[in-house]
Amino acid sequence: MNYKTIAVASSVFALSLAGTAHAQTDIQWWHSMTAVNGEWVNDLAKDFNASQKDYRIVPTFKGTYDESMTGAIAAFRAGNAPHILQVFEVGTATMMASKSAIIPVGQVMKDAGVPFNPAAYVPAVAGYYTAPNGQMLSFPFNSSTTIFYFNKDAFKAAGISTDKPPSTWPEVVSAAAKLKASGHKCPFTTAWQGWTQLESFSAWHNVEFATKRNGLAGLDARMVVNSPLHQRHIENLANMSKQGLFVYKGRGNVPEASFISGECAMINTSSGFYGNVAKNAKFAYGLAPLPYYPDVPGAPQNTVIGGASLWVLAGKKPAEYKGVAAFFNYLSSPEVQSASHKRTGYLPITTAAYELTEKSGFYKEKPGTDVAVTQMIRKTTDKSRGIRLGNYVQIRGIEDEELEQVWSGKKTAKEALDSIVSRGNELLERFQKANKG
Amino acid sequence: MAAEKRVVFRSAWLPWALLTPQIIIIAVFFFWPAGQALLQSLQQSDAFGTSVEWVGLENFRNLVNDPTYLTSFKTTAVFSVLVAVLGIGISLLLAVFADRIVRGATFYKTLLIWPYAVAPAVAGVLWLFMFSPSIGIVAYWLRAVGIDWNHLLNGPQAMALIVMAAVWKQISYNFLFFLAGLASIPKSLIEAAAIDGARPWRRFWTIQFPLLSPTTFFLLVINMVYAFFDTFAIIDASTQGGPGTETKILIYKLYYDGFKALDLGGSAAQSVVLMFIVIVLTVLQFKFVEKKVNY
Repeated sequence: MNYKTIAVASSVFALSLAGTAHAQTDIQWWHSMTAVNGEWVNDLAKDFNASQKDYRIVPTFKGTYDESMTGAIAAFRAGNAPHILQVFEVGTATMMASKSAIIPVGQVMKDAGVPFNPAAYVPAVAGYYTAPNGQMLSFPFNSSTTIFYFNKDAFKAAGISTDKPPSTWPEVVSAAAKLKASGHKCPFTTAWQGWTQLESFSAWHNVEFATKRNGLAGLDARMVVNSPLHQRHIENLANMSKQGLFVYKGRGNVPEASFISGECAMINTSSGFYGNVAKNAKFAYGLAPLPYYPDVPGAPQNTVIGGASLWVLAGKKPAEYKGVAAFFNYLSSPEVQSASHKRTGYLPITTAAYELTEKSGFYKEKPGTDVAVTQMIRKTTDKSRGIRLGNYVQIRGIEDEELEQVWSGKKTAKEALDSIVSRGNELLERFQKANKG
Repeated sequence: MAAEKRVVFRSAWLPWALLTPQIIIIAVFFFWPAGQALLQSLQQSDAFGTSVEWVGLENFRNLVNDPTYLTSFKTTAVFSVLVAVLGIGISLLLAVFADRIVRGATFYKTLLIWPYAVAPAVAGVLWLFMFSPSIGIVAYWLRAVGIDWNHLLNGPQAMALIVMAAVWKQISYNFLFFLAGLASIPKSLIEAAAIDGARPWRRFWTIQFPLLSPTTFFLLVINMVYAFFDTFAIIDASTQGGPGTETKILIYKLYYDGFKALDLGGSAAQSVVLMFIVIVLTVLQFKFVEKKVNY
């Protein structure tokens, strides 16, 4: 019913514009951006449409990331898929494996004769969306990473310096202990536990999360997230949980609300949370890099990306793909990128956009907004470039299920991590088998 | 037994014509999708369906080899028995009381029927809010009486939460049927028993309850099917199967694997298994429980 209403609404909208838009080619763009970010997407389309006369980008909100992906897949099977689909990072391997359903971005740009240089992109971003053969498959759009937020007021009340926030895990533990002593009920929590405490944690410490360069180099990757370092970290968190220093607040981004409300004083979560904090937090807050273990060689390395990219779906007319290429070309300009970065808190995805933003003095004006960027704009290693696995959505689910059993004391860190590895590997084997063709 | 009186159609085609609409509906909304599920359960394909491979029973083998799938059976059994028994018990109690009220009966009945209009996902969120460990009002009261409510990490509490939400949502439906059932019991029977000196409790057990048995039996089947199939939205909105896998019932795992993780073959295999379980359960209920039913 929902789709129907949207379809009717958009066709009415299209008809009303038909008078003025006679020679234009429409390009459908399905996305999952809500509220402030939804306005951003609409503005991008509006500005592009105003900048030229040949094409018209029609952005349509299709629900959450998994809803719009399921919707697009159903539409593709029925033969009326959109031209451009926004897909979240965990869906990347699924999209990559569907070779006949997608057209690589590099190909789209080449066919349209539009210059496109993947090297302009931040390595950790470009690397993630590039196939083992070096071809860029999707267009990086909104990328985020994991950072550390803390409540400055709570820190002051507990007598902790706010100029030097905890940068290592031992420091986080001692800060949490002081917060607890000062009467704080939830010193530390984490959102997206799998992403922040296992995936980003691995890249940040330059240890493998999975073999085959974390899956970037092939479908025969297998998980190795039960290394001694991983065990040590999860044990550490389990101990913090027992002492009431770490309070588990749920899956996904649910725990974020407990930071905004002031209940939890420290949180690990997405850099995309910044907009919400800036708008709604009623206390002084600070942003800092993800904590690390100082005795681990190579740490801190870089963190991995989250967010989404734009995929071009197959089966459309060549003229329409030219429009897609023109739109992507527009999106790649440093000015557009930098404006988007400042507006949304998502990462600037090209080095030029980062430099432009820095020159404008934005990072000095809003301290902390560069934390995510500096964590990402680094030379990556084979172990830290990104994590891209098949059946990733289910693997994330397994991470949630097993870690919860550690926090509730039902499993030891080792048991849970071993179980993540064995259950995850089964899914990876299955994915490899289903997509070998 | 007296010989049944049968009315027979003279025409050969009329009965079929009368049945056709029903048959078409069942074919389109049951046999066709069920057939699709059967086919898909023997295939493995990528999300877009561009490469389809026949894999025989491999999807089923994967399920059997997955220990979490097997625990999910136990979880589902606990959940559906609790939902059916509590849902039927509470609504029977409410219906018997409502049946006795003279003044304001319509008002009282309307209030009880309201929750049925609430969407399952909304029901899940509603209960989640009340029991949310940090902001929930009920969680706050529970803490005041010394119960540390945290369904995020406490499995039995999470199960209690989804059972409450699922039962609450279904009570109205059961209530309506029981109320109608009670209304159809001839008043003279109850009055006769009352004259003979039977107290309300005894009148209920010896007259009303046995005469309600067709309704109770029908509701048992319906509630089992409800618990098995219609509750994933409640779970998705409240516990998402957690903590760990303690509230991951079969239908939620199926929904998650199929619609979130896009593992179509695997989730089709699960739906086939689920379909057989419900068919077997319903047959068993008709075979054994129905014998005790007085029509």
